[in-house]
Amino acid sequence: MSEKPLRVLVAKPGLDGHDRGAKIIARALRDAGMEVIYSGLRQSPEQIVNAALQEDVHCIGLSILSGAHNVILPRITALLREKQLDDVLVVAGGIIPDPDIPRLKACGIAEIFLPGTSTQTIIEYIKENCSGQ
Amino acid sequence: MGRTPTGQTRLNKSKRRWEEETLAPSWKRFPPRLPEFTSISGHPIQALYAPDDLEGFDPEQELGFPGEPPYTRGIHPGMYRGRLWTMRQFSGFGTARDTNQRFLYLLRQGQTGLSVAFDLPTLMGLDSDHPTASGEIGKCGVAVDTLADMEVLFRDIDLEAISTSMTINCPAAVIWAMFLAHAEKSGFSWARLRGTLQNDILKEYIAQKEWIYPPHPSMRLVTDTIAFAAQNVPNWNSVSISGYHIREAGSTALQELAFTLRDGIEYVETAIRAGLEVDDFAPRLSFFFNAHNDFFEEIAKYRAARKVWHRVMKERFGCKDSRSSMLRFHAQTAGCSLTAQQPHNNIVRTSIQALAAILGGTQSLHTNSMDETYALPTEQAATIALRSQQILATESEVANTVDPLAGSYFVEKLTLELEKGCWEYFEKIDAMGGMVAAIERCYPQKEILDAAYRYQQAVERGEKVIVGVNRFVVDEEQPIDTLAIESGVADKQLDSLRRVKANRDGTAVRRSLAELRRAAATDENLMPFLLSCVKAYATLGEVCEEMKQVFGTYEEPVF
Repeated sequence: MSEKPLRVLVAKPGLDGHDRGAKIIARALRDAGMEVIYSGLRQSPEQIVNAALQEDVHCIGLSILSGAHNVILPRITALLREKQLDDVLVVAGGIIPDPDIPRLKACGIAEIFLPGTSTQTIIEYIKENCSGQ
Repeated sequence: MGRTPTGQTRLNKSKRRWEEETLAPSWKRFPPRLPEFTSISGHPIQALYAPDDLEGFDPEQELGFPGEPPYTRGIHPGMYRGRLWTMRQFSGFGTARDTNQRFLYLLRQGQTGLSVAFDLPTLMGLDSDHPTASGEIGKCGVAVDTLADMEVLFRDIDLEAISTSMTINCPAAVIWAMFLAHAEKSGFSWARLRGTLQNDILKEYIAQKEWIYPPHPSMRLVTDTIAFAAQNVPNWNSVSISGYHIREAGSTALQELAFTLRDGIEYVETAIRAGLEVDDFAPRLSFFFNAHNDFFEEIAKYRAARKVWHRVMKERFGCKDSRSSMLRFHAQTAGCSLTAQQPHNNIVRTSIQALAAILGGTQSLHTNSMDETYALPTEQAATIALRSQQILATESEVANTVDPLAGSYFVEKLTLELEKGCWEYFEKIDAMGGMVAAIERCYPQKEILDAAYRYQQAVERGEKVIVGVNRFVVDEEQPIDTLAIESGVADKQLDSLRRVKANRDGTAVRRSLAELRRAAATDENLMPFLLSCVKAYATLGEVCEEMKQVFGTYEEPVF
């Protein structure tokens, strides 16, 4: 019997259009056997949280390179709490300066993956930390 | 090169002898380090290039002389002996006042051209008070909402003495109208303005992904600016046809070259269809390429670009003016090659990339700062980046002679291979019905994503090396200082936008916007209408929204 595959929403908040990272991660997670939903560009926190709810995902991967992470990411985690989606694992990646990381983790982002992280590291992290299985 | 057949046969024979008698035994002692050697783009590279690789190569035909067709060796006869490339650092952050200060600082440090980075709301044609602008104001560039911001941005800058490049695409026509309005109000003559509008919407659909309208009305806006520049701002580069973002999105060097030049063809065809004469506008089309890590591949790419563009303009479009077929370009070092790990190493990467752009004959150059995988550059990092160019220009002596790598068997062979690959891509895209049609079926987008994924996998298998990431890694990274945009920036910007809106003549704004909407539904050139709107201090967002009512919006097909 095979296990039910992990469902991951790869989402792109912020106004930037840099989707190379998001698309590579989406493909790598798919190749690793996960079910991946890619949100498309410039999604608002509300759109992302609604998609997570509708798609019943175990994990949300947020890719943001616009510099607006300190404003946008906490809004997403707050909305998730509001909708009682606290058990969804939220990870993020992009252009994020070190001093911002503790604040983001405190608001519920489980892990921040910086440039240079291998897709394998991300796959393993998600597999180990997803509670939804 | 260009040897008689007998001479060539003799050389081929000598090479075979060398391979068997000298090279083969040496592999026993020092076997090849890798099973196969490839460029960073995955293109196979031989152990040695020799005359037989250039059989039938006629230097007269393939290279010519600098400043003469096919311009392989450069567009200026004396290249950097006469005038160095323009050192143009892309910069912008916070409010117009903050960026104006950075511009004046860079000019005092010896920078020779300006290049404006706008923030994301501006790049998307949104005002700072739009809900989605929250958190983004002044973050990755300068916020410009109205002509009032443009006036502050260029305060104390002589626009006739210095050239200005603006990285702006979907709302390019509106931002350019603000720039022209400011120039006019300050007493500068449009005829003497020099600068560049990026204005390359095709590569937005392909790679950078900042768009508002669907491709056809977007192309109409580009054509309007091309026509307006040709008539009114004759020294202005109306489009900077950009491969930079295509490469950053993960393309190979060949894809960057081919998609960019094919975009160029699309702009020329569209302008001709709109009734323009090719030689009236083609001399003001310029190009913008990436300078990545693979030193020789990059040099060959720039040389191939000039050669192919010359042939395209002559044969496909029958241009008569020699300037129409001369490919002028700006280069920027590869942001995507920089690492967050051991960030000081980025200074070295950037210097190597800058050297490739110089040896490839660039007209202007931006060198990235070492801290850009974290944030916009600090003043110190931006200064080191500029100094790297200045060291190359003045200490390395590389600018003393024109196209120093010409005649290298390797560089010439790579140039020929890239050229050939480029024509093959043109054929495919032509068969699809052109670049807009290819974009609508996501052809270039998929090609780039596949290349990006292949490269990522090669890195993860350790086949392609990134120092500090998959080789020579340290356990403890030393943190560096980064630039933080103060949270007060957004409040200041919102305040000044409120003030502009309160003090402008509301009737004039409404009238000019209504006129714009009427004209947008016809095929009149929209530049005069945009000028009226911005002079009345209509905001960028109001103007873009007005056109949206006529043009609609674009959504990327799923692929």
